[in-house]
Amino acid sequence: MPASAADYVVTGDAIERPLEGAIGDAARGRAIVANRTLGLCLLCHSGPIPEERFQGNLAPPLDGAGSRWSEGQLRLRLVDPARLAPDSPMPAYYRTDGLSRVAPAFAGKPILTAAQIEDVVAYLATLREPGAAR
Amino acid sequence: MKRPARIWAILVVAGFAAAAGAQTATDGRRSGFADMSPALQAIQRDDMSNPAMLWVAEGEAQWNARAGNAGKSCADCHGAGESMRGVAVRYPAFDAKARTVVDLDGRIDRCRNEHQRASSPAPESRPRLAIAAYVAFQSRGMAIAPPTGGSLDAAAIAGEALYRQRLGQLNLSCAQCHDERAGGSLAGVAIPQAHPTGYPLYRSEWQGLGSLQRRIRNCMTGVRAEPYPFGAPELVELEVFLMRRAAGMAWETPAVRP
Ligand code: HEC
Ligand code: HEC
Ligand code: HEC
Repeated sequence: MPASAADYVVTGDAIERPLEGAIGDAARGRAIVANRTLGLCLLCHSGPIPEERFQGNLAPPLDGAGSRWSEGQLRLRLVDPARLAPDSPMPAYYRTDGLSRVAPAFAGKPILTAAQIEDVVAYLATLREPGAAR
Repeated sequence: MKRPARIWAILVVAGFAAAAGAQTATDGRRSGFADMSPALQAIQRDDMSNPAMLWVAEGEAQWNARAGNAGKSCADCHGAGESMRGVAVRYPAFDAKARTVVDLDGRIDRCRNEHQRASSPAPESRPRLAIAAYVAFQSRGMAIAPPTGGSLDAAAIAGEALYRQRLGQLNLSCAQCHDERAGGSLAGVAIPQAHPTGYPLYRSEWQGLGSLQRRIRNCMTGVRAEPYPFGAPELVELEVFLMRRAAGMAWETPAVRP
């Protein structure tokens, strides 16, 4: 677990290099996205994960994200969405500073580790055409 | 409940339904009641099936029971429970003696300590919720009418700032969900507008009654923030702000929520 989860380089609207050099695994990434207490993605998004009945509609569907965005763009979106949309409600998954009243159990920890983020990026990259990834 | 109370309650519910309907038509504010399934709405409407009425009945017994070193009941000083009609819709209020803003539960607790000379039950304990529910129930159907004044105005401003502040590991503010995304689906759960119209209320998820402070603390835990402790000034400030935001809406206590 990094003490400060800020060790990455932003180029334009992307982070080109995998965080901490980790190699993502799409199957693990899918499990993280589906997990409501780990990835939390389906609180806000829907996605091609039919076994999860309860999905959110506060954000664009994840279907086709891999066609719309490069891996580097997806990585920055997860690491620090506010860089792309300052008012975004999407949490920064790899950030530990600038937060208020974080509960002690989560203090100093990013929502996902570098390795988990790489897994999610690998999964999102497989989501090619809208609705067709089942 | 005794029979007369029940007949009175039915009349008030009818009034409430009319008031709630008028509100949605005019300014878009919606009670969480409007987002519930017809089945749950029916449970709230019918005192015989509304589980929160058990607490109201317990509160009525407490109202009439002598307690504390003073050996006085609430009724000894205040008379019939109906004397509390109109009180809950104007709390939190400024307590001149304590020189501070108190919510209804805090006000009742002061009577317990100072007038009954009894000790305070733990926050969210059954006796504490029951008497608050009984007092708040007296105002059912009335319009929320928050008082103004220096300390209350300051509390409302502080409460609004807290409402807009991003909190917790998920870095979300109350406003981002309850103003900007009300009506949306959070993993299948409808996000309400967060109007404090029915507290204390029965929540299925709690399998019991809970206060507005408990509800707010739940939302804070949801964004992985450290909740303010029960009774903290921040929670009272949020209550002041939420009540002003809901001014004019119909009081529902004891409400039911999923
Ligand atoms: C609290 C709500 C919330 C959560 C939780 C959330 N997101 Fe988002 N996300 C959004 C919103 C809203 C947008 C739309 C753009 C914006 O406002 O930032 C978005 C945008 C995106 C986009 C770009 C959408 C597109 O294709 O145009 C991707 C990809 C994404 N999120 C992936 C994820 C993943 C993966 C997770 C979980 C690890 C996640 N999000 C968790 C709210 C959320
Ligand atoms: C010995 C008399 C006494 C007893 C017993 C007592 N109270 Fe009070 N109560 C008062 C007085 C006097 C006030 C006005 C504020 C003050 O001076 O403390 C008050 C104020 C209140 C208020 C605020 C009313 C308003 O209009 O803002 C509420 C609510 C209340 N009491 C509830 C209760 C409840 C519930 C009990 C029983 C648990 C109780 N009181 C017991 C004397 C009493
Ligand atoms: C991530 C979105 C989110 C955030 C942030 C959030 N809430 Fe909520 N809140 C909800 C949802 C969803 C419900 C309804 C829960 C249910 O029915 O299970 C709710 C319910 C409520 C209710 C109950 C309304 C009723 O009808 O009784 C109140 C009051 C409330 N929230 C206040 C707040 C306050 C104050 C904050 C900020 C400290 C806050 N919420 C932050 C999502 C959120």
